[in-house]
Amino acid sequence: MSFRTTPLTVAHDRDKSTLFTAELREAIDALLTRYPEDWQQSAVMPALTLLQDANGGWLTRALMDDLAVYLDMPEVAVYEVATFYGMYDLEPQGRHKVCVCNSVSCMLRGSEELIEHVGEKYGVRPGETSDDGRFTLKEVECLGACRHAPAVLVDKTYHENLSPEALDELIDGLE
Amino acid sequence: MTDKITIEIDGRACEAAPGEMIIAVADREGITIPRFCYHKKLSIAANCRMCLVEAEAGGRPFPKPVPACATPVSDGMKVQTRSPKAIDAQEGTMEFLLINHPLDCPICDQGGECELQDVAMGYGGDVSRYSERKRVVEDEDLGPLIATEMTRCIHCTRCVRFGAEIAGVRELGATGRGEAMRIGTFAAAAVGHELSGNVIDLCPVGALTSKPYRFQARAWELTGRDSISPHDGVGANLRLHVRRNQVLRVHPNDNEAVNETWLADRDRFSYEGLHAADRLTQPMIKRNGAWQAVAWGEAMTLVAERLKTTEAATCGWWLAPNATLEELYLAQRVARGLGCRDIDSRLRQQDFRDDTAAPLRPWLGCTIAELETRRAILVVGSDLRQEQPLLAHRIRKAALAGAGVGCVNPLELELHHGATQLVVDPAALPAALAAIAKALDCAPEGAGAALIAAAEPDDRHRALAELLRAGEAEQGGLVALGALAVAHPDYALIRALAETIATASGCALGWLPPAANSVGAYLAGALPQVGAGGVALEQPGRALDAMLAEAPRTLVLWGVEPERDLIDPTRAMAVCEQAEFVVACSAFRSPALETVADVLLPIGAFAETAGTFVNASGTWQSFQGAVAPPGEARPGWKVLRVLGNLLDQRGFDYTSAAEVRTELAEQCGEITHDNAARAALEALEPRLAEGGLVRVGGVPIYALDALVRRAPALQRTTMPRATLALYLHPQQAEVLGLEEGAEATLTQGGQTLTGEVRLDARLALGCAWVPAAVAGSERLGAQIGPIEIAGGGLQ
Repeated sequence: MSFRTTPLTVAHDRDKSTLFTAELREAIDALLTRYPEDWQQSAVMPALTLLQDANGGWLTRALMDDLAVYLDMPEVAVYEVATFYGMYDLEPQGRHKVCVCNSVSCMLRGSEELIEHVGEKYGVRPGETSDDGRFTLKEVECLGACRHAPAVLVDKTYHENLSPEALDELIDGLE
Repeated sequence: MTDKITIEIDGRACEAAPGEMIIAVADREGITIPRFCYHKKLSIAANCRMCLVEAEAGGRPFPKPVPACATPVSDGMKVQTRSPKAIDAQEGTMEFLLINHPLDCPICDQGGECELQDVAMGYGGDVSRYSERKRVVEDEDLGPLIATEMTRCIHCTRCVRFGAEIAGVRELGATGRGEAMRIGTFAAAAVGHELSGNVIDLCPVGALTSKPYRFQARAWELTGRDSISPHDGVGANLRLHVRRNQVLRVHPNDNEAVNETWLADRDRFSYEGLHAADRLTQPMIKRNGAWQAVAWGEAMTLVAERLKTTEAATCGWWLAPNATLEELYLAQRVARGLGCRDIDSRLRQQDFRDDTAAPLRPWLGCTIAELETRRAILVVGSDLRQEQPLLAHRIRKAALAGAGVGCVNPLELELHHGATQLVVDPAALPAALAAIAKALDCAPEGAGAALIAAAEPDDRHRALAELLRAGEAEQGGLVALGALAVAHPDYALIRALAETIATASGCALGWLPPAANSVGAYLAGALPQVGAGGVALEQPGRALDAMLAEAPRTLVLWGVEPERDLIDPTRAMAVCEQAEFVVACSAFRSPALETVADVLLPIGAFAETAGTFVNASGTWQSFQGAVAPPGEARPGWKVLRVLGNLLDQRGFDYTSAAEVRTELAEQCGEITHDNAARAALEALEPRLAEGGLVRVGGVPIYALDALVRRAPALQRTTMPRATLALYLHPQQAEVLGLEEGAEATLTQGGQTLTGEVRLDARLALGCAWVPAAVAGSERLGAQIGPIEIAGGGLQ
């Protein structure tokens, strides 16, 4: 028995050329070139990100199943990845995601205040979406920006050293 | 890297192979290291951390305790499994594992045989320091075989790895993270693999347990008895767990040469059939159309009298191929002692044209363990996973090790490994083999000469020929004939062509014995042309086809349900009804048997009799009875002993099944199994004409024999093509003007039947798949044969 067993590949009975859109397929194919043969499943993470972005910020079961077909992997292996990482959402999200880091450094530097503030001002608690659908507040694990804690990830942009007022400004600036 | 190195575990010098893990060496030496996630047949996960040990290599200690399951040995390594540091690490891990594990062993089904409980006894603290809330996980319904209590799961992932590595299909996964991590299907689907029950053994805690056995007994109430599985040709080694004369569950016994450490669900859950409501518990005689329970003496006297007075040439014996070797041997002794030669146990075969040339001691063609080292395997006419779940696993291992696997079938198999599948019209099966033979440059000779001469191989045939040739280069290919090939109207032709292919490609010819004692039946002489010891008889009797064509006046049925177990149930029932006197020796009573039989003799089923099965490798595996047969039922060999004595035959004074076996073993002498034809065959004409629709009646995995058909949990599973319906390729259905769910009238064997149409793109064109051996199929004819289909149901 070895540590490195090649991942189980599954040949699904579906036509890959009907999945997603042509642009998405091209983008995923470009990802596939980064990995060795037989290890195309490694592309599952960036591919999920592509699909999520194209689907308004969240993943459906059907999308995950399609990706399993596209990458010749068991469906449950895609579910495992999508449920493990905080950046994949399996429920409908607001137009923007405001992700407040709540790991040690940020917590010591006031991230809980930020969360509380958003709750009071917008009535949105972690995991919830504002009534106007503008943003979803997420409490996430370490963003790797401890030096300038507290850090908040708005969509794909890092914002550091935030005070409640600075966060307000950010949120108000969202479309 | 075959050199041995020496390491030291707990001060003891141990020999090890470089690259081996510490835990494997310790296991071999009998040194206990606690573990949960490690399993010798699965990949290494090293995620439970229970096997932490202290080690030093090259004189330098590792800075931290290392997991014994994931640390390769090196020369001169010193390992301490019981040092204070190791124990401390193990106890720490144990405490963490118990944080989220319920401490309610008394209400857990695994209590008393739980690895976590056992290890906690040794390494756990007396009092928990954890006072916070424990996590609770919702249970999932994994189907009728596996019960779940996921709160108890410790995330060892053995079940997940089993799916990926052994079953070949990832049904279970670990979704979520940290405390939210859970094992399940996520999609809330039942697991459907035919080996899935093994996760019950693998699960070290009470998270995955047996549903039929749930809350039936405690481990310490059970007595273990060794036995052999009575289903497929593997003869899986079983451990029956018995309480108060009842088999309550079945576990595997490890045997690398047979079942490794696995069991198919059929072997594991079929015991439930022993508790069926329709067990035959008393000898019965039909008088004036009514059944009367009688004493053994009365029934046996009547049977002996009728057998004695009947003309030997008009007496037929149908013996089940899953009867024990002793029963088959004694039955043919009694029959031949009476001068009766019409004995057959090939109940699912219809082409006997090559009986004069067919092998006398056939077998798998290699041993079961060798199957996984074959370099090329061509499976001909077999719904492999349904027929032979454990052989299919060996073939999968061969495929993963790089062997080429090819199939020639009337359907595309759902295999979890690479395979070159040639899907052919069932009538064209011989022609497809002939094309492969031609691609191998075979001269048009033998039984299939005309077909080979006419064959026009295309790329698909050449690909399979190449695959077999590649196997020859490395000395080890196999062309294996499955149950669908055996049931084919042109089996003689298929066998001859398969042999031609095997010879031309340097491969061995193989056969996948469908029943527990299919190989043994030849040795016992339970065939019209084969005598005890597997020798050719000068005066062969009539084979099954002749007995079905012209009904014997007296019939003896041994463990046979004529409406389910025969190739042509309509014909079989008609023959039984025409017979003047029918004796049915059976463990079960069924309405069909009660209709056609005149005497019912209750014999012990699996686990209730001592006996021997000869498996596909030709290994004789003997077992003792584990429980007493119910009521007045008696082990079959004893019934036959009494019958022999009542018929005044000599030498029926056996005192044990072992004596019978020894006598037969002497007659067999040094057994060499061989699948090669004994004589050259003349050219044979195909019987099945191409162009028409052909019914193919595969036997679903849980309909194989009387016992498994009565196992309720297995019957509740959903397996492909398991219920009576007309399965058609979508294009075939379109040609016939039928849609999914429509009703169609099937006409075969002079009978008609209404069946629902189900579309299945895996089937070949020209194939109308209607399963055999299931309820309703008794109203159809031959398992494989022409069928007529019309739209609309019967009016």
